[in-house]
Amino acid sequence: MIALSYVWWLAALVLGAAAVIDLRARRWANALFWALIAIVFAAGDAILAADKAGNRLPTQLAGAAVVLMALLAGSGLLKRAPAGDGDVAARTASAQRLGHQLFVPALMIPLVTTVLFLAAPYLVAGDWRLFPAGNATVPALALGCCIAVAFALSITRSRPAQALRESSRLLDQLGWAVVLPMLLAALGGVFEATGVGNAVAALIGQLIATDSRLACTIAYGVGMIVFTVIMGNGFAAFPVMTGGIGLPLLIRQHGADPAVVGALGMLTGYCGTLLTPMAANFNIVPAVLLELRDPYGVIRSQALTALLLAATNITLMYFLAFR
Amino acid sequence: MNYWPLLGVAAVVAGFAARLNPMLVVVAAGFVSGFAAGLPLADQLALLGKSFVATRAPLLIVLTLPVVGLLEHAGLREHAQRWIAGLYYMSLSLLLICYMALRQILGALGLTSIGGHAQTVRPLIAPMAEAAARKTAPGLDELQRERVRALAAATDNVGLFFGEDIFIAVGAVLLIQTFYTANGIHLEPLSIALWAIPTAIAAFLIHALRIVVFQYGLKRSAEPRA
Repeated sequence: MIALSYVWWLAALVLGAAAVIDLRARRWANALFWALIAIVFAAGDAILAADKAGNRLPTQLAGAAVVLMALLAGSGLLKRAPAGDGDVAARTASAQRLGHQLFVPALMIPLVTTVLFLAAPYLVAGDWRLFPAGNATVPALALGCCIAVAFALSITRSRPAQALRESSRLLDQLGWAVVLPMLLAALGGVFEATGVGNAVAALIGQLIATDSRLACTIAYGVGMIVFTVIMGNGFAAFPVMTGGIGLPLLIRQHGADPAVVGALGMLTGYCGTLLTPMAANFNIVPAVLLELRDPYGVIRSQALTALLLAATNITLMYFLAFR
Repeated sequence: MNYWPLLGVAAVVAGFAARLNPMLVVVAAGFVSGFAAGLPLADQLALLGKSFVATRAPLLIVLTLPVVGLLEHAGLREHAQRWIAGLYYMSLSLLLICYMALRQILGALGLTSIGGHAQTVRPLIAPMAEAAARKTAPGLDELQRERVRALAAATDNVGLFFGEDIFIAVGAVLLIQTFYTANGIHLEPLSIALWAIPTAIAAFLIHALRIVVFQYGLKRSAEPRA
């Protein structure tokens, strides 16, 4: 069975290879940065298990590693690899030679992942199953990537070490941005544990006129956006805002349809996701991946869509929820 | 109610506004909220470490990097550009609107892992979009190239966000259902997913219109000034 822990180890292997390659190239800060994440990844399950057993030292060390990574990123010691890998002529020649074959491994990642995911319930033999029950997406992605990399190696006639050199090049190009989504999720956890969510909901609850349907609908929609912008995630905003405004005011007091409030409330939160640097994996990582000079370039590009759609959603909610 | 932990939110806003390194801002904000809530440092480190380790999934894009890197080294982006440049009917708006529609439809079927910034946008859609934009504006300058790539990433986000909620087994729909069940309201996932359809259509129309307007702007900029 491909357990989830094997997938974390595979990711740790890719990260660890980047650390070794940076070490050989004497990029000390980069090597330390990738080594720290590789260790956190590989030891992750053990850390969580120790924490559950009451030993808090491993989680505290992981927290200290996170602080060290942030300091490395903030100090400017991490060297960002130059964009592209130089040899345009060689790439163009190779592109001419390989043609559409190049698309195949790129499309294999999503297609193989999807096929494996859909086939997961049938990939069983007695008690043995290829993927853990109910959690097939991540192992399917990992296996899909392995099959695609094998195919890419065969059509480009490269050695496996070349694949790890390429991933190291891309990691040094992405730099700390690749870790930011994890860190933001961790901040969400810290905010939740310190009561930030309840404080925001209490503040908004005090500000609005609760006997007006329209005011409550707007407050709920705007609250979902603001809270999503702060947390970077509609999932974190939904229970807080719906518990604070949606359920007591819209549904219980004004008799709104809960299905409409839930669906449109969540989707209004998604408009907030399009607006915030806190949703780093959707807004900041692609700006780095696409080598934009403006780190907020993607947000700028989608902001108008988000605002128009948020207004549409709140209007839809008002008319559909009180049919 | 203790309002002091909100200082952490203020730290995030101030840090991003001052364009400090986001990693530093986020860690600092965590400590601000933690101290404001009166947590000892040892508890804060443990909380930070535990939350970080528990959310490893977003970093799984590193698994796609060996494939993407190898293919880029072998000229994938160059080939994607040449291919799009050779399709005479392909324009920037047609390319991006089709991609968005595909992403929404596949998302509605639960197939969200098809596509993504590392898997499809960087190696395929962004270079294709640049090649398509050059047909409208042959003298595409550096700023316009950046805006085309940013629009490609934005289109992926819009397509993903406003398609997946139509699928009944997606996390968001189940989260809504679980929340209501915990509060004594019983709903079928289908009845929630149904109400995501008007927004999906509105998102498609609004963003498609913006793509068309963007291409019109490119066309205007390419025309010789009178």
